[in-house]
Amino acid sequence: MRLGDLALTEVRRRLREGLPLSTGPFVFRISTRLPHVAENLHRLYADFPLAEGPFADFHVRVDAMPGPRRWLKPQAQFWLDATRPFQPLPRDQAYAMLEWGMNWCIAGNAHHYLMLHAAVLERNGHALIMPGDPGAGKSTLTAALMLDGWRLLSDELTLIGRRDGLLRGLARPVSLKNASIDVIRAHAPQAVLGDVARDTHKGTVSHLKPDPGSVARVREPAQPRWIVFPRWKADAPARLTPHSKAAAFLHLASHAFNYSLLGALGFKLTAGLMDTCDCWDFEYGSLPEALRVFRGLASA
Amino acid sequence: MNAPIRCRLLLRALREPAHLAELDLPTWDRLLPQASQAGLLSRLAMLADDLRLTGALPAPVQPHLEAARTIAERQRHAVHWEARKLDQALGPAGMPVLLLKGAAYVLGDLPPARGRLFADIDILVPKAQLGRAEARLMLHGWHASQHSDYDQRYYREWMHELPPMSHIRRQSHLDVHHDLLPETARLRTRPDLVIEASTPLPGHRCLRLPCLEDLVLHSATHLFHEGEWGHGLRDLTDLDALLRLGMARPGWWSDLRTRAETLNLGYPLALALRYCHWLLATPVPEPVLVSSRQGLPGPPWPLRDALFLRGFSLAHADCALPGSALAGFLLYVRAHALRMPLRLLLPHLLHKALEKRRSESP
Repeated sequence: MRLGDLALTEVRRRLREGLPLSTGPFVFRISTRLPHVAENLHRLYADFPLAEGPFADFHVRVDAMPGPRRWLKPQAQFWLDATRPFQPLPRDQAYAMLEWGMNWCIAGNAHHYLMLHAAVLERNGHALIMPGDPGAGKSTLTAALMLDGWRLLSDELTLIGRRDGLLRGLARPVSLKNASIDVIRAHAPQAVLGDVARDTHKGTVSHLKPDPGSVARVREPAQPRWIVFPRWKADAPARLTPHSKAAAFLHLASHAFNYSLLGALGFKLTAGLMDTCDCWDFEYGSLPEALRVFRGLASA
Repeated sequence: MNAPIRCRLLLRALREPAHLAELDLPTWDRLLPQASQAGLLSRLAMLADDLRLTGALPAPVQPHLEAARTIAERQRHAVHWEARKLDQALGPAGMPVLLLKGAAYVLGDLPPARGRLFADIDILVPKAQLGRAEARLMLHGWHASQHSDYDQRYYREWMHELPPMSHIRRQSHLDVHHDLLPETARLRTRPDLVIEASTPLPGHRCLRLPCLEDLVLHSATHLFHEGEWGHGLRDLTDLDALLRLGMARPGWWSDLRTRAETLNLGYPLALALRYCHWLLATPVPEPVLVSSRQGLPGPPWPLRDALFLRGFSLAHADCALPGSALAGFLLYVRAHALRMPLRLLLPHLLHKALEKRRSESP
């Protein structure tokens, strides 16, 4: 059964006792009593299956903080199991907090993968890995590529299988920040976005619903083919230029979540990635032009 | 035996790991978070490996064990590397440097090292050499991490260790002790004897390991005096593994008892034996249990049990008993009260409370 098959009232009821949501290799049992968190989940995760079995990889919860503050300055807190790893945030950021908390669960625990900090999409069986510093336009490009028919694996977390070197997807919503929210709205008016959370530590944040195809195929591993370092620059023509593999290796390793934790295996997997991938820098000023370049890349 | 605290699942898994093979998925769904929060998931993973059970466990559980094993393996490597660096830094000074707790288990290849997680490395040096040790460590990149003048004085005048140090490049944490207990503690011991009984670690210039009895006594002292109860159950499993190792030696229990008397650590030993036996079924002979508690000061046992069992139950919310939070607070106060007399303790706690308030107000 998919989350979207349930009515919102039913979703809210089930979220009170814990709703097991399956996102690629992980099952999150999510609990919340906050209505807007339930609404966002219902909207953005509509195509995700509910896990059938009795087991969840992570038991997470986001809820209002009790106490007299709730009338003056309401706050929300995130729980992994019985621990509270973060400081509370304003309550209207609760949904974003849940998304960040879920990323944190994976990044801090799933050491059976090599985990890079990069977006991953796939087309015609080949995967594109996009590392990128904050502000480089990585999530905008990820969102636009997904809306252009690329299969979304993840906007933040590249999971590399330690035995086969293949990429595993999550297909979870894409986190859009600040100006990119309006850019995506203008670019694709049909895109479904979650509530907008303002004044978070990342600025204004909203999440984009993943397309049903990406969610349906989330269990298909993908073969890495390209590593592209995007950079948005006003009015720049879209163009790919070669990026040194040595520099790409160092960038990926130093931005990975668990490169050094995996020791020699981390080196081996990253080196394997360099062997199978072409590495490019990509500068762009407009999304339609950028998408043309990537279509060319995928059909070459 | 009925476990007196509610971590029955976790305790049973630690006591009889063979039983892991029979657990169904709903049980794992509860056990994994408990073990993970108690810092014992990697130990369970290793226990399962030792019994060659891993392949037979449910598929969704295996990645968690693999991840936990990876972390423990990495930390084991890191501890070896840190020890080498410490040996290089302190070797030329010609002083004995004893590894304590986790680092000693790993470098000595002792059973508690299996799947153990670390927050820091603990070493013990003679008090007379403390200044030189600190100077040499600073030359090699360790420095006291973020401490006010007050904290500096607290550690240097009253405690049994330097302010915690961290390495400027590797970010690893190091606690440099000159005693097993604070200078101001009610209970006094003899660190010089611990150093005297230690043995050099092959392949190193200055690193040494305490004898097995002293490892047990230090672990017990740390567990029952420092008040880090979130790790309480993990530390108890260390003690269990050390005691089981010692048992193979003839005369172990009486040697341990004698050593505890020499070091004036009979009290923490009695507690360690009692709770190891009770919670982890460590095969401590009944006469040893009985004689270890003879003549001990303090409150009647039911009261003590109520407090310490709640301390162990802080390992995970599922295990909590009524009053666990209060017990956690009492154990914190107790740890401080053991550490220093009231005339020092009250001003100290007041200072800490005001400092916390100041840092919280904008």
